[in-house]
Amino acid sequence: MIVAEKKPLEAIARMLEGSGRVLAVGCGTCVTVCFSGGSKEVATLAASLRMKRSIEDRPLAVVEAMVQRQCEWEYLEPLAEQMKNVDAVLSLGCGVGVQTLAERFPTMRILPALNTLFMGLPSAQGVWEERCQGCGSCVLDKTGGICPVSRCAKQLFNGPCGGSQNGRCEVDEATPCAWHMIWERAEALGMSEDLMSIEPPKDWGTSRDGGMRRMVRNDLRLPEDQDKEGNE
Amino acid sequence: MSKLSAAVLPTDATFKSGGNLERVLAAGRFAVTAELGPPRGCDAAAVRRKAQILRGWVDAANVTDNQAAVVHMGSIATGLLMISEGLEPIIQMTCRDRNRIAMQSDLLGAAAHGVHNLLCLSGDHQSMGDHPGAKNVHDIDSIQMVAMVRAMRDENRFQSGKEIPGGGPRLLIGAAENPFADPAAMRPYRLRKKAQAGADFIQTQLVYDVARFREFMKKVVDLGVHEKVSILAGVGPLKSPGMARHLRQNVPGMLVPESYDARLEAAVNGIDGRDKAERSYAWREEGKRICVELIQEIREIEGVAGVHIMAIEWEEAVPEIVKAAGLRQASQG
Repeated sequence: MIVAEKKPLEAIARMLEGSGRVLAVGCGTCVTVCFSGGSKEVATLAASLRMKRSIEDRPLAVVEAMVQRQCEWEYLEPLAEQMKNVDAVLSLGCGVGVQTLAERFPTMRILPALNTLFMGLPSAQGVWEERCQGCGSCVLDKTGGICPVSRCAKQLFNGPCGGSQNGRCEVDEATPCAWHMIWERAEALGMSEDLMSIEPPKDWGTSRDGGMRRMVRNDLRLPEDQDKEGNE
Repeated sequence: MSKLSAAVLPTDATFKSGGNLERVLAAGRFAVTAELGPPRGCDAAAVRRKAQILRGWVDAANVTDNQAAVVHMGSIATGLLMISEGLEPIIQMTCRDRNRIAMQSDLLGAAAHGVHNLLCLSGDHQSMGDHPGAKNVHDIDSIQMVAMVRAMRDENRFQSGKEIPGGGPRLLIGAAENPFADPAAMRPYRLRKKAQAGADFIQTQLVYDVARFREFMKKVVDLGVHEKVSILAGVGPLKSPGMARHLRQNVPGMLVPESYDARLEAAVNGIDGRDKAERSYAWREEGKRICVELIQEIREIEGVAGVHIMAIEWEEAVPEIVKAAGLRQASQG
């Protein structure tokens, strides 16, 4: 899932300085599951903002809304009506949700209430951890299902750095050393020999470096759009 | 070099780098390298001063690349000042701050200026330094860097595979290994990987636990890695019991036996606790003695081709240690 956390209330309030009526929109997918942008969090944030502004004697009206998936335009249609009487929209979606709203409603101010953190999983009650950076060329087959791109602080491909101690990363004791785990898993699977060959430099061309990335599936495109760009 | 017979040495054309360190290693002499930390400002005189202290006592000196992720004078620029003082630099380069384009470009320039040695490192993480908000690079890792530089030198090819017009940089390629880091079972194999990638020499993390280092080297020798790559053991003088504790507690992958704390403590017996200078002097003298003993012990371990003396911000200690350990009787500079 995409994991996000709420921005500090002060920061959100500053974005809304000039507003009198806003629409707060949650998202029913990832950010609901990580307790940052579901209907409950929308209600809590709306109440906090109303109270803060009321204490400051300049009331703010906050309309609450939820969509199932902020990252797809079709789910946003019902919001058009609710948007008519507000001067800004506060998104409790991830960064994709915020931008999907901004693209669908080009004349409306769309503001982020969350900081989007990473793609990850809940590793314990109340704890979420990163597992994938979307580098665009997965190496998990070579590393026992443990990702050196997202989980090694130095993104090493050929074994641990000199700072690995007692299975922990030198950067943060709370972080397990990815390469320690990769090695132990390879030993358990009887595959440590696979880690002996030199992994050549990665082609980062599939990663973040080229600006916005795009996936085109010609077989799924409408007939009139086929072969317009790329081939799959 | 004058003491060596020309007949036993390879000809210039067969050398990879043409540098002094390579000649020493090729001749089978016990190599001695040290470390020169660049200043945090633009003070060329500070570099020259340090270079003059080390010159003649070591075969080459490492010049650190923004060590501890704190901004310092660049390692190549510092290395050029060292060359002008007659001290051969081993340029350290980390994967933290440069992508493969910047690395190769800088290495072409370094070689053009007469640099002969490179040490390829991952680099300390930026969160430990003075710009923790910086974005790191890690385009390639240190083993990939070794392989890239080897191909530049031996195949005249950039990492892209394109030919280097006029030939690649003639660099002796070094890498680091921490024998005491985890997972311990993987370390000798990782060292072998560096040798396979094309490393000519290895400098290790500081060795204080000789027994553990001996175990590591036995495995390395069993794998035959010492025949492919020259292994220089890292040593360094302790300045105080506090430094021993700090290294043990705060530096990941550093094993410092507690017996050294006791020895350092004993060295100030009878000195007034208020006489800070006198205590510091006594600690440092004992620290150098410990270092000399370590060198003498390590020298006897099979597969060790030299020592790398890291006296951080204490270059003056290096000539004394080299002399006391019987590695050089006088400056050869």
